[in-house]
Amino acid sequence: MPAKLILSMDGAVLKEYPLNKERTTIGRKPHNDIVIDNLAVSSDHAAIVTILNDSFLEDLDSTNGLAVNGTPTKKHFLQNNDVIEIGKYKLKYLNDQPTQTSAADFEKTMVLRAPVKMPPKEGFSRSPLDVTLTRKSEATAQFNATNSGMAAEASGGQPPAAVVQILNGPNAGKELELVKNLTTLGKPGVQVAVLARRPHGFFITHVEGGSFPTVNGSSIGEQPHQLRDHDLIELAGVKMEFYFKT
Amino acid sequence: MDIHDALEIVSKTDPGMVRSHNEDSVTYDADIGLVVLADGMGGYNAGEVASGIAVSVLSTEVRHSLQDARPEDLGGAGEELGVALLRDNVRKANLSIFRAAQSQPQYAGMGTTIVSALFYDDRVAVVHVGDSRMYRLRGEVLECVTRDHSLLQEQIDSGMISKEDARLSKNKNLVTRAVGIDADVEPELHVHDVEVGDIYLLCSDGLNDMVEDGDIGTTVQMLQNNLPLAATQLIQLANDNGGRDNVSVILVKVKGHYSAPRGWWQKLYSWFGN
Repeated sequence: MPAKLILSMDGAVLKEYPLNKERTTIGRKPHNDIVIDNLAVSSDHAAIVTILNDSFLEDLDSTNGLAVNGTPTKKHFLQNNDVIEIGKYKLKYLNDQPTQTSAADFEKTMVLRAPVKMPPKEGFSRSPLDVTLTRKSEATAQFNATNSGMAAEASGGQPPAAVVQILNGPNAGKELELVKNLTTLGKPGVQVAVLARRPHGFFITHVEGGSFPTVNGSSIGEQPHQLRDHDLIELAGVKMEFYFKT
Repeated sequence: MDIHDALEIVSKTDPGMVRSHNEDSVTYDADIGLVVLADGMGGYNAGEVASGIAVSVLSTEVRHSLQDARPEDLGGAGEELGVALLRDNVRKANLSIFRAAQSQPQYAGMGTTIVSALFYDDRVAVVHVGDSRMYRLRGEVLECVTRDHSLLQEQIDSGMISKEDARLSKNKNLVTRAVGIDADVEPELHVHDVEVGDIYLLCSDGLNDMVEDGDIGTTVQMLQNNLPLAATQLIQLANDNGGRDNVSVILVKVKGHYSAPRGWWQKLYSWFGN
């Protein structure tokens, strides 16, 4: 199912337009794909270029311009539920399909050949290219649809905040908040361990040095060791306590 | 320094959290400074077959050709042997996969990406097709050395989509070049200078689709003194973030210079040195 635009004014839905063309135009003149007969709308107001599953909105130097989600813009990469405003009219962009492939194809990788032309419009100028597309397995597509940045949020979020406090030596009492995915402890060239923050907890692993760090008095060896609240870590002669912040 | 001693190489591959089998293939040959990574595609086990052919053709052929020649030797066209070997053997792998796909119905349409690097004479020659990447960590800066052959990259290049917005695109995983889907392929090849201390990372998109470049850089930098752990950690990050695809990484750390012997006395010296 292609993405679509829903035209409305003052909350009343007027019409629905599928984005099934490479270029969909919006304007007051009747030759446009989406005609809005209102004097605030320029004769050729805007265009939407659609390439496979992505759509791009572009203002065609209209008199009154346009806004997306309240922000005036000239060019915009449309995301599901974006609202385009042209005068008093609103066009809601819906593209809820996460992927073209069904669940049955989840494991299957397919090779698909289709010539894709880059849009001819000047704003997006590029020599039209006839590419052979090879569609790689779609398993990531669903992920792409819901994820918009730090991938860590996609799977079960983060463990509670935790801290390592130094217990002896000149830095005794200092706290180190474990806010990054990786935090290294120790002295390079002598003994180094890394603390990894993972969705299901914190893990300490030996990185370098002649001896392994200890947790509650016993050596952790080369394998990652999951830390529990109030565990005592010792490495390079420095004692530290690990605890969760509440 | 001998190439074997100048480089530290580790590789790791993992099916990820979702896929039942691994279509990636990796290999390396420390004696000649060659690393190869391929991400296959195709139904059933065809993806594994395609990436497997690519990796074995490249590694076997390059190793064979370098038995009595050096990669910095100049060929007929004034081109270095190392460069010619990478390009010609990617083409050779392409033809092998294409023919196998033509003759076996269950392999129809299979293909693979490839990224391969050959280290010689204080430089690295890198060839790639598709969206498998090579990154370089130099000091604190992680840089992607290869440019994906993908629809998304074309859109970034043409200015349609910003680098930041690329993560939002639904047109991921569409490569514009692949090995084995046509009778011919155009491999992209570049030679870069190498500095001691550089770390090179070759990876399949299972890594860079799941983990942001910033996190990749921090991980490699923090764990550079324990390369196997760095590789494990990268795969773990991808899996912790969902592990939607197979994940493969090869890490190469440059520990010393490995310039080619220049004068006749150096050649003589290295002759006796062996």
